[in-house]
Amino acid sequence: MTVAEELTIDELYEEFEELADWDERCDYLIDLGFNLPQLPDDVRTDENKVHGCQSNVWLVAEMKPTEPPTLEFIANSDAIIVNGLIAVLTALFSHQTPERVLEIDAQEVFGRLGLERHLSPQRRNGLYSMVDRVRQLAVEAAARST
Amino acid sequence: MSNSTPQRTFDVEAIRRDFPILQKPLPKGLPVTYLDNGASAQKPQCVIDKESEVYENYYANAYRGVYRFGALVDEQLEGAREKARHLIGAKHVEEVIFTAGSTMSLNMVASGWGRRHLQPSDEILLNEMEHHANLVPWQQIAAQTRAVCRFIPLTADGRLDMTRLDEVLTSKTKVLTVTGMSNVLGTINPVKELAARAHAAGAIIVVDGAQSVPHLVTDVADADIDFLAFSGHKLYGPSGVGILYGKQALLAETDPLLTGGHMIDRVYRDRSTWAASPAKFEAGTGPIAQAIALGTAIDYVSGIGFDAMHAHERQLAAHAHQRLNEFRGMRIYGPSLEHKGAIISFAIDGAHPEDLAQLLDRRGVFVRHGHHCTMPLHDLLGVSATVRASFGVYNTLADVDALIEALEFALGRLRLA
Repeated sequence: MTVAEELTIDELYEEFEELADWDERCDYLIDLGFNLPQLPDDVRTDENKVHGCQSNVWLVAEMKPTEPPTLEFIANSDAIIVNGLIAVLTALFSHQTPERVLEIDAQEVFGRLGLERHLSPQRRNGLYSMVDRVRQLAVEAAARST
Repeated sequence: MSNSTPQRTFDVEAIRRDFPILQKPLPKGLPVTYLDNGASAQKPQCVIDKESEVYENYYANAYRGVYRFGALVDEQLEGAREKARHLIGAKHVEEVIFTAGSTMSLNMVASGWGRRHLQPSDEILLNEMEHHANLVPWQQIAAQTRAVCRFIPLTADGRLDMTRLDEVLTSKTKVLTVTGMSNVLGTINPVKELAARAHAAGAIIVVDGAQSVPHLVTDVADADIDFLAFSGHKLYGPSGVGILYGKQALLAETDPLLTGGHMIDRVYRDRSTWAASPAKFEAGTGPIAQAIALGTAIDYVSGIGFDAMHAHERQLAAHAHQRLNEFRGMRIYGPSLEHKGAIISFAIDGAHPEDLAQLLDRRGVFVRHGHHCTMPLHDLLGVSATVRASFGVYNTLADVDALIEALEFALGRLRLA
């Protein structure tokens, strides 16, 4: 089982291709969710909360001193399936430059993974609220580095 | 005045067969275990057919046309209104108003009666188990009139603390508004007693009957209720229609929320006068086919009998309580069975309600999760979300067992078994 923080989006595409239906995708998301690193309590603040999600979701970004600098996103929810979606999100957006983050078409990726189809409108809203926050943090990071 | 004379013995399998949506298996052949009746109820074929009958045979606008279709629609609509009157034990059919639903009805009272009668420092008596529809409109009116909202304390087991009513029901109280049955805790509130206490204090009583009217005998004359709201869609009727009941004298002192066509007596260039109730509160074109089909839904449940329905639902609730309590870390919110209807909200240690609901769906078990439009209650309970199973006339003991099996499946997936 690939640890979530090492998981790449290409690996996810491979894994999801093997998954026949929502039942299997859901089980896989749960596995991903269980492997998601926990956010420390002091980071679970109102400021870091993503609004528009049914469960509680906290999301923070850290600029890593790579060459060029890249963003690492860390997020947690109190719901396991949402943690699985967060793992997908993290694989998609982490370890990219802020500019690259803003170029990524999340909807296209979720479509390819077959997640768009299976998520209820409420859950999709939550997911895209997280994407919006990721993009907002990338904008702020890009502004800080110029 | 009793609505509870069954015309046949209670046969849940026969009842189930009346509901087409419950006959169709889900993908992968799973049966439907619909346990979200607190949110809305399924419709029997006769109700679906009635709505179609209107559209296929005599649909026209109501109270407008003297032609054949218009006359038939009026007759059907007034017939449905009389059925609603009889259902709730109202004295006069003019006291029964068709609205868009409970939320609309409660807004009509808060705004139409509240704005006229509430003065600064007057008190509106609420409580923390109320649904947002019976909280938010009163907050708004309080802000507009500078009245004050106060709250009847709840007991630890989720009932109104009647021993402390005197602390909050005072000579300043002008409105006591209360749910007939909590949509989360299932608590059945003593509305007749509350009405007596409210009147003694010089206040009116408003009852949110959204959960209680479909599941308990309602008698507004006997309980001396001033205003009652309920929804058609929770009573196995169509969505988009509900009822506001108000005592005639009070409706005469209530302003309409919506104005326009049909609700007027005379319109001049600069002013208008109103028609009498119920027309006064039915501006525009209402949900005609839906209101007519609501009459059919009322006939349907009356045919089954409320005593029989309630006894059946009590049995389901008892079985559900017993089986749910077999789970480690299970917490059922609300009072013991004798104080509640068949609404069971619960949490399991370590399992998020959203995960549970999602996994239960995979087993064809449909429950609600979240705060169920009762954020103050969930704040009081100290939880952000719960899972709610709410039962209706077509649910069976097998449905309860299906819920339990699905929970076992879910907890297995969540590594909590």
